Amino acid sequence: MTATTLDPQLTGVRVRGRRGSLTRHSAFLAIRSLRALRRQPAFAVATLVQPIIWLLLFGALFERVVDIPGFDAARTSYLEFLTPGVVVMTALFSSGWAGTVFIEDMNRGVMDRFLASPVRRGALMAGTLAYQAATTIVQTVVVLVVAVIAGARFPGGAAGVGVTLASACLISIIMASFSNALALLLRSQEALIGVSQFVVLPLQFLSSALLAATLAAGWVADVARFNPVDWAVVASREALSTGTDWSAVWSRLGLLAGLALVMAWLGTRAFRTYQRSL
Amino acid sequence: MPAAPPPALVADDLVKTYSGGRKAPRVRALDGLSVEVPAGIVFALLGPNGAGKSTTVKILTTLARPDAGNARVAGIDVLADPDAVRRAIGLVSQKPSSDPMATGRENLELAARIQGLSRADARARARDLLDRFELTDAAGRLVKTWSGGMSRKLDVAIGLVHRPEVLFLDEPTTGLDPQARAGMWAEIARLSAGEQVTVLLTTHYLDEADHLAQRVAIVDHGRVVVEGAPEQLKSALRGDAVDVGLASVGDAAHATGILVRLGLRDVVVEGTRLRAGADDGARAVPALLAALDDAGTPAASVTVARPSLDDVYLKHVGHTLEVAA
Repeated sequence: MTATTLDPQLTGVRVRGRRGSLTRHSAFLAIRSLRALRRQPAFAVATLVQPIIWLLLFGALFERVVDIPGFDAARTSYLEFLTPGVVVMTALFSSGWAGTVFIEDMNRGVMDRFLASPVRRGALMAGTLAYQAATTIVQTVVVLVVAVIAGARFPGGAAGVGVTLASACLISIIMASFSNALALLLRSQEALIGVSQFVVLPLQFLSSALLAATLAAGWVADVARFNPVDWAVVASREALSTGTDWSAVWSRLGLLAGLALVMAWLGTRAFRTYQRSL
Repeated sequence: MPAAPPPALVADDLVKTYSGGRKAPRVRALDGLSVEVPAGIVFALLGPNGAGKSTTVKILTTLARPDAGNARVAGIDVLADPDAVRRAIGLVSQKPSSDPMATGRENLELAARIQGLSRADARARARDLLDRFELTDAAGRLVKTWSGGMSRKLDVAIGLVHRPEVLFLDEPTTGLDPQARAGMWAEIARLSAGEQVTVLLTTHYLDEADHLAQRVAIVDHGRVVVEGAPEQLKSALRGDAVDVGLASVGDAAHATGILVRLGLRDVVVEGTRLRAGADDGARAVPALLAALDDAGTPAASVTVARPSLDDVYLKHVGHTLEVAA
């Protein structure tokens, strides 16, 4: 053996361009996760049943809440008000667990093998984000269908559903990037779940997901203006209702998209910190 | 004779320190480790846990960066062009590196696609490797249902999927039962012949290094203390033990004179047995047998015991290799 560089003739391996490989590698890794999900039907079903329970439980619990001043009972039922909240909440909670896949890969030699292969760090991140977004889409559709069966009506129609899917996916990407970054920095399942839960609940309650912001303390409404969960809920709710204020929708979608990019980039940067510790 | 091919691996004066925790001094995992591995052989880094073997592998596979020093893998600088290095190497890390929720075939095909093989090539290569490692029967089952030995073989197959120039095997048999270990040895022995690949093996088993490697570097406290072919290292200890059994006690005195005349050292007589040291026992035996025959005191038995790699280790590190079970 005298060749010192990889000779395609000799090895039969074609090395493709790096740019195209980012997308392809992300797709391979997302498919890997989806396949693993399909093999755990109990877990897959649980991810769908949980949001339905939230929707029906909170919907029944707070049914009369729309009669309180601050809600527009003529314009919306509580179920209709709640549906975008449950959609976003589901995306948020599911994605909080995203980093556990990285931890499992680190505990085995899978992460080391990927990092010592031509896979780009961006593809490792994008693959899991695509997987999270895909599950969020399924969950969102299920929640919307169950809400309609339970009597909710969404005058926003297809555009409203599209905005809801986009908001949910963006929240999912933001939270999953955060969870992945935590996984790379903390390298411990317990620490990841602890921090993730610590963040998820306040994000959820400091938003208008469950109650109109006007009903909460003034400071809550102030905080909510900076809360991505609230951006997603407001964009979705606004787009699903009549008389949509599209400028409010687009501005929030823009903020979400920008934050998603920043978080995905930060998550990818966390690989460097992880590798420094090796 | 053609010029020697360039070495597959060169590590030059690698230094790597880790934080030892708050206020504790930094741990010096590598302390000027240098090693050169010729292409096409199995090379073993031998040493106890914490000697720096795995840290060396992490640096050579681009997972970690050294604090000082540099390294070339397949002629490529690991610091200047890690991406090119990653295309030229395969890594089988200490821990299982397959995905337990995928089948054996899926694991191989994913690894192949990631390395740039087309779908058809990936499928064909996976089929070949499953066949070669005798995993075809289990190929469609999830890896979480596989035995430790099978899953370790799959790890090696995954490392080979893109026909790397250099394959890193980080403690490939740790934790395997004896039968699985023997199976893995047979696979590794076939590797260098079948795949034209240079193998860097780390191990804390002396017999593993002795059995598999054409060259061995003994690593201790982050540096290479001695390096060479196992036979060469043992010869350097000067002395095989030669044990001659005679037909009768009366021949002993005469036979002793013959051994001394033939240049054997430290001849000791125990009844009908003579024990002596020779620089190269195997070479000394024919002349010894002939001389004893000619003198009418033929040998009933002759055994030559080579010094073990254990003795080499003891000499250079100053203590025996204690392996945590």
